[in-house]
Amino acid sequence: MMAIGRAVLSEARGPCSSVRVRDPRLRRRQAISGLMSGLVALSTVIAVGALLLVLGYVVVKGAPALNWAFFTERPLPFGEVGGGVGPALMGTVYMLAIAGVMGIPLGVGTGIYLAEYGRGRFASAVRFAIDLVAGLPSIVVGVFVWALLVRNVIGQYSALAGAMALAIIMVPLVSRTVEEMLRLVPDSLREAALALGIPRWKAILRVVVPTARAGVVTGVVLALARAGGETAPLLLTALGNQFFSIDPLAPMASLPVQIYTYAMSPYEDWHAKAWGGALVLVAVLGAMSLLVRLVGKRQTPRS
Amino acid sequence: MFLRALAEPVLSRAEANGANVDAETKGRSMRTESLSAWYGNTLAIRGVNLTVSPRAITAIIGPSGCGKSTLIRCLNRMHEVVDGARVSGRVLLDGEDIYGPEVDPVRVRRLVGMVFQKPNPFPMMSIYDNVAAGLKLNAALGRAELDSVVEQSLRAAALWDEVKDKLKESGASLSGGQQQRLCIARALAVQPEIILMDEPCSALDPVATYKIEELMVALKEEYTIVIVTHNMQQASRVADYVAFMLAGDERIGELIEYGETGQVFTNPRDKRTEDYLTGRSG
Repeated sequence: MMAIGRAVLSEARGPCSSVRVRDPRLRRRQAISGLMSGLVALSTVIAVGALLLVLGYVVVKGAPALNWAFFTERPLPFGEVGGGVGPALMGTVYMLAIAGVMGIPLGVGTGIYLAEYGRGRFASAVRFAIDLVAGLPSIVVGVFVWALLVRNVIGQYSALAGAMALAIIMVPLVSRTVEEMLRLVPDSLREAALALGIPRWKAILRVVVPTARAGVVTGVVLALARAGGETAPLLLTALGNQFFSIDPLAPMASLPVQIYTYAMSPYEDWHAKAWGGALVLVAVLGAMSLLVRLVGKRQTPRS
Repeated sequence: MFLRALAEPVLSRAEANGANVDAETKGRSMRTESLSAWYGNTLAIRGVNLTVSPRAITAIIGPSGCGKSTLIRCLNRMHEVVDGARVSGRVLLDGEDIYGPEVDPVRVRRLVGMVFQKPNPFPMMSIYDNVAAGLKLNAALGRAELDSVVEQSLRAAALWDEVKDKLKESGASLSGGQQQRLCIARALAVQPEIILMDEPCSALDPVATYKIEELMVALKEEYTIVIVTHNMQQASRVADYVAFMLAGDERIGELIEYGETGQVFTNPRDKRTEDYLTGRSG
């Protein structure tokens, strides 16, 4: 053993009897290591750079279009200059609110079921179904809701159909995040609550879920942000509207669809407004995601 | 008769305790008859006949893996919380089987409280809310009553003086020993008859351990206490009765010997007990 050790050591040291960095083998290893680090750093720079480029472009092109009228007025007819995306902003908020009311309780409930009660084949089937729906292209969700509500039940393009499409997109996102966050709560807390003679459902609702509160809120806000940016399903369900509307059974404008409509038009003014809309969308949704992550970090329990 | 007591809401007992309760109602006794417990298809403990005397400390000792924790968790029906776990035999709380067909495990756990090895205060709740958790989530008590129960429980757990000025701070802001005493206060707040402690000092330093041992001896004036410990010196210091468990070659835990602490430690009847106590095995 000692002989082998000595042989390895002398190999590593090379012809000199000291351990200074003269050994060509060591230098080559260091060079390769440096090259790899450099490549990895370069990829990061390219990726982040691309992102910053996109963001920067949106800011530069979109900022000039932003003014008070942009946020509050409705779009003017072809050719007229002025107006804004007011109805689209209101529509997005309106539909997200209804989608939230439908989708968040369903998602949270499913998440709680899967994390706390789900054992056996039924739970696995539910989880699989959730994953399937999460992977559906949003336009497929749009087509489904179109067939179900727009063609049949309601009979026309409507805000309600749009909200339902968004809700379908939100439920799997909320459910998966809630399930993951609840699994992070250590079992010792559940046992502590049960050992006090608290019934299981109360222990879950009043102890486990509040402990994962930060994570649940994160999941909900991120799902809202994701749904808020969806365009394809809304094209097929809520269609779009030039006017302010609060009628759930009538077509409704939304910011992504408005951006699309403006971008597809031949008018310079509308293109500028499309950029403005894009900037608002990115800014608001980005701020939501950022805020949620910052707050979530501070609130996560360290037990 | 006792099943009716199990059906009493916690509220009435809280009221009763505020009004100089009859000392006889605290410190009930327990007994197991041929208690066996499974995890799925694996038999963990077999045929345990344990006596738990009222207003005394019974220590369950034995080497790792002998089924001590499994046994103590059967005493408040926490064993069945694990998926696939089950129990056979009887566990009698003052003569009534807690595994009887009409008995609600939730109510059993209110009467038989538990403190765990690693302190586990609820992290998102303040010290006050932690102690009050068992009560708040079970009955609608007024603010004044809650305040009084919280203070009594913290005093009984020898923690009041250290936290009375910071009741609104998070439970996680205390030291390990203080957290464990907080968990004890939390368990006391629901006014159990029996307190189970599963290696309560394992995660604590010697000073904190000493304080908890003092606390145990003080508590046994009013409560019946069962502790699991792998620390024989602790058992000899605090326990009135000792139960020695051992898992044989089949890895099934059995109760080997039971008796008064003095007798078991100085004059064990079973050779296996003697081997364990003198360090020849375990």
